[in-house]
Amino acid sequence: MDTEVRRIHRLKRKCVEVRRDIVEMIHRAKGGHPGGSLSAVEILTVLFFEVMRLRPEEADWPDRDRFILSKGHVTPVLYSAMARRGFFPVEELTTFGVPGTRLQKHVDKHFLPCVEVSSGSLGQGLSIGVGMALADRVDRRTRNIFILNSDGENQEGQTWEAAMAAAHFNLEKIIAFLDNNGLQTDGAVGDIMNIEPLEDKWRSFGWHVQRVDGHDVEQIISAIDLAKGTKDQPHIVIADTIKGKGVSYIEGKYEWHSHSISDEEYGIALSELDAAERELEEQEQAAWRS
Amino acid sequence: MAELNIEKPFGKTLAKLGDRYTNLVVVDADLQRATETSFFQARFPDRYFNVGVAEANMVGISIGLALSGKTVFCGTFACFASQRVCDQVAIMAHVNANVRLIGIEPALSSGNNGATHQGMADLAMMRAMPNMTVCDPGDATETIGIVEYMLEHPGPAYIRVPRGKAPVVIDPESYAFQAGKAKRVREGRDVAIIACGIMLPRAITAADQLALEGISARVVSMASIKPIDENEIISAAQDVGCIVTAENHTILGGLGSAVAEVVTQDCPVPVIRVGVADCFGEIGPVEWLAQKYGISSSHIVAASRKAMEAKSRFHYSSR
Repeated sequence: MDTEVRRIHRLKRKCVEVRRDIVEMIHRAKGGHPGGSLSAVEILTVLFFEVMRLRPEEADWPDRDRFILSKGHVTPVLYSAMARRGFFPVEELTTFGVPGTRLQKHVDKHFLPCVEVSSGSLGQGLSIGVGMALADRVDRRTRNIFILNSDGENQEGQTWEAAMAAAHFNLEKIIAFLDNNGLQTDGAVGDIMNIEPLEDKWRSFGWHVQRVDGHDVEQIISAIDLAKGTKDQPHIVIADTIKGKGVSYIEGKYEWHSHSISDEEYGIALSELDAAERELEEQEQAAWRS
Repeated sequence: MAELNIEKPFGKTLAKLGDRYTNLVVVDADLQRATETSFFQARFPDRYFNVGVAEANMVGISIGLALSGKTVFCGTFACFASQRVCDQVAIMAHVNANVRLIGIEPALSSGNNGATHQGMADLAMMRAMPNMTVCDPGDATETIGIVEYMLEHPGPAYIRVPRGKAPVVIDPESYAFQAGKAKRVREGRDVAIIACGIMLPRAITAADQLALEGISARVVSMASIKPIDENEIISAAQDVGCIVTAENHTILGGLGSAVAEVVTQDCPVPVIRVGVADCFGEIGPVEWLAQKYGISSSHIVAASRKAMEAKSRFHYSSR
């Protein structure tokens, strides 16, 4: 098996590990945002374990790539990725949502300085990313600014103010992901307030637009590579995802935007994730044999 | 009072200091002449960003710049710099972003722009936001002093800036602004007038009028609304025994409230608040509006008499 295939397998197994953390955290905390955390697993796993230039032991390394969680409620996926990448001890994940924890339910720079910015009030991350990219331009830094937006955030006016500005200033170092899981708190995005046609909208705002399967790590990696090679425009990768991906009873259900996980549901989720891991192992072994 | 004015002290100081502070950047929302940042843009075009009519985005971008090590000045009319972007300012304050949000033409100083442009509650809103420093300079000296101070002291801040010409009340030779420090501009023993912003010259005019009646008024400029100079307030209460506050702002939650909070807790004496009653404004020349909405020097004079009356009753009943 060549290193490329091995690398992809490693990422896929990491995704299962992150999903297990998410379920564990929300079960233990008796609440959280499972749907949108599980839909963004592949995006964050690729960013934190494959793409971003980071130094976990020196979190404020000036040349690090930056990641902004604009959809600030999906902290379980961010905390898992950061802990597994070495920013803080994995054991600390058990404190998620506990009074006094650094792992607040909405991401909080005050408690956890290794995150770039606090969020939770939706629609602000892109603007903050624009500011960071402008600062890098003034300072002649060449790092990338990665931003994770939700589909619901396309309903926030400020998102489009920032979209306009990023294109106006030709901020090619911005690579935004749109976790297009199609569901928001009250129902389907298309029913609550339609945001389509997404590609046309972002293209007309001057962005370089790509669309990928948001659960396909190879497509995500390729999209980032293409973005890095495309100059003079900010980039958005519309990642079509399934809300709750990987846990059967959460998948595709808007009610699970914010929800607790019972002991029984936790058991089911773990057995499903175990099965997913076994399947990956079998695929790996098949790849070895071939 | 001698009529000495300085033209655009805010914008000119900012542009002048751009050389020394290479980290200084400016973000604008299509109001560069009103915010006087056009001077900065002319000298430092690479460190100036105009985002168009998008105030929320302006604050968001400023947060991003600040989190990348920049000292940011951004601004718009005071009404929008508070009301329109309150939620963005909450993030800015929460992450302690080094952003100085400028509110131009606060409250009735907006004059002919009318009610929608007269942000009456900006001080109240910003004062209630944790981590924020809040300033309302009373003259050109304080305005320049605040800009200089803000370049040396990081953290989120909201600064009211009077547009265009500003009077010189305080001698710049012996002045340096400090957050949490008031400036006593006149001594007096019968009533203490604590003023901020455009009310400082009015407070001095009022003190002059009171002097003609034989009333001795202390005048304090409270440009730093938050943190507030508690010692100076307590000293006014103890030494003088009654206080008048004067602000170009709603009577709710601004300077008067801040002073009353200190006085009621530490040294209860009568406090009469001069400010805009709980209402919206309308168009008109600033002085005409000041008369109509209760923030002219004659209102300060009337409030001073009332405060002294209350003081005598207060002393009688405390005996």
